[in-house]
Amino acid sequence: MRGYLRFALKRFLLLVAVVFAGVSAAFFVTHLSPVSPVETALARITARSHFSPDGIAAMRAALTDMYGVNEPLLSKYANFWRRFVQGDLGPSLIAFPTPAMSLVRRALPWTVGLLSFAIIVTWLVGNILGGLAGYYQKNRFLKLFGVVAIGVQPIPYYIVAFILLIIFGFLWPVLPISGGFSMTVTPGWNLRFISSVAVHAILPATALVLVGFGGWFLGMRALVSNIVTEDYVTYAELGGVARSRIVFNYVIRNAMVPQITALAMALGGIFSGTVITEQVFSYPGLGSLLIEAVNGGDYSLVLAVSTVAIIAVASAIFIVDLLHPILDPRIRTE
Amino acid sequence: MFVIFRDLVRHNLEFAIGITLMGIVVAFTLLSFFSPVNPTHIFVTMPDRPPSWTHLFGTNSRGQDLFWQLTFAFRNTLMFGLTVAVISRVISITVGLLSGYLGGWVDRVLMFVNDIFVAIPTFPVLVLFYFVLRSNLDTLTLALIMAGLGWPFDARLIRSVALGLKHREFTRHAVFAGMTTRKIMFEEHLPYVMPIVFATFMANMLWSIGLEVTLAVLGFTNINVPTVGTTLYWAINHSALVVGVWWWIVIPIVFIVIMFIGLFLLAISMNEYIDPRSRLNRMGA
Repeated sequence: MRGYLRFALKRFLLLVAVVFAGVSAAFFVTHLSPVSPVETALARITARSHFSPDGIAAMRAALTDMYGVNEPLLSKYANFWRRFVQGDLGPSLIAFPTPAMSLVRRALPWTVGLLSFAIIVTWLVGNILGGLAGYYQKNRFLKLFGVVAIGVQPIPYYIVAFILLIIFGFLWPVLPISGGFSMTVTPGWNLRFISSVAVHAILPATALVLVGFGGWFLGMRALVSNIVTEDYVTYAELGGVARSRIVFNYVIRNAMVPQITALAMALGGIFSGTVITEQVFSYPGLGSLLIEAVNGGDYSLVLAVSTVAIIAVASAIFIVDLLHPILDPRIRTE
Repeated sequence: MFVIFRDLVRHNLEFAIGITLMGIVVAFTLLSFFSPVNPTHIFVTMPDRPPSWTHLFGTNSRGQDLFWQLTFAFRNTLMFGLTVAVISRVISITVGLLSGYLGGWVDRVLMFVNDIFVAIPTFPVLVLFYFVLRSNLDTLTLALIMAGLGWPFDARLIRSVALGLKHREFTRHAVFAGMTTRKIMFEEHLPYVMPIVFATFMANMLWSIGLEVTLAVLGFTNINVPTVGTTLYWAINHSALVVGVWWWIVIPIVFIVIMFIGLFLLAISMNEYIDPRSRLNRMGA
């Protein structure tokens, strides 16, 4: 147990380091942007209206003061961390003065919901089918899955999502292709809203599952086809142990461990894929928010979204890492 | 080398299909050197013509011949993928070999940095860079940034091989013979990790090209350079599907799918070739 606690502590330090390094990098990169948030806001305010030059100058001074853009970079950096601890990432500039955090909080459930559904489905289904395909190597049906996996897995998320959009948006328009729920329902815990959310999630989720599934399937099939040749499997077969027990308890369980490590390593990539897929289907999650913020020149919102993304991915990896020794007793945590 | 190649084509179906698909794509990109048109010029032919004998893939709404346009687009995209793969391979070989051979605090520091890079989501970071650089984000800069993000997985893989090599007899001989660390790493250990480098090379190209396409489609790169992604960007920008110019979207997507499946098949057949266990499996031993 003490060994485990030390292992957990070490992993936690890594988590802190990742968050610190990632968020710092994001901070400096965003603050070196040549796009001035003051000028962007001014351009938006003064468009199609007639202000006197003095008025514009006064507004520029007020905005510069309010956004705090003239402070030295290091004091902004210190301020950023001070407010970060309090869970405040500053006001958004495109929706001033709404806090960037509340925009992120509005978008976060959509992304988390889509992402966790996609990960659970792809990981479980991919690994189980992959395991079966590795064990029953002659099965035609499972071989077909292998071919499909090889054909779809390498294609980028964007292209798969886009192909789905073309098929179900133009050729055979049966599913909603944009938004998180339909305009006519009231958000809340009522059946119509929930079913609308579910229907709108079908296409983005399908895109994520299609791309994600193949990697797990192929990885698991390769792992299992190596394990099957081990002596203990042959021995169990000769000993008359039930086939299903061999497959699930003896073979797949052993092959699961590297797949859990792989899951931790792949989380960042899956997150990026979700962000992209959201953009294709105008899903109201973090991805759409990020792109809106970039196009609006809103560095504080860009920074908030990136910060939350870095923290979320790093924490998810941390949790998977912690589960690892519990699932596999062979791993010594010293 | 040639014998290996011949055996792979003969016995490994994935490799044979992969090399054929990539051959098609590469041959297609080579045509760009004979192109009669300049890919950056717009409105040089009749816009929105469907595929015909004069315009094999039709023309787009910007008055460009799609066939020649795509040859340039795929050439730029492949060059981009190659650049990222080469640079990130150099980083991952250096980090992996150093970390594996030297061990100790060098290993700990390098792997700590490595873990940080693994955990940082790539796409938001790339969007951040676009946010800062805007139109200054040309293909080479983007390639350098992606190379800086694309090495950690493979560095870890190379490190694990180098760790095993460190305790082998020949390494000890080399040390006693007075070889310098640099020489041991690059002359003795490098040949052992080369197969991994080749296999991950393809996987890295898949990754970088996939991200480039995505960024470009969103308009987050220099949209005036013809690449696969920018081709789609302009098609979407001109609502090609709504207007009915389907060839502008369908033909690039078909080629993209061919390129990705080809690269992927090459990557997995290489992986299989490296792993002696799966090679035995294939031979039916």
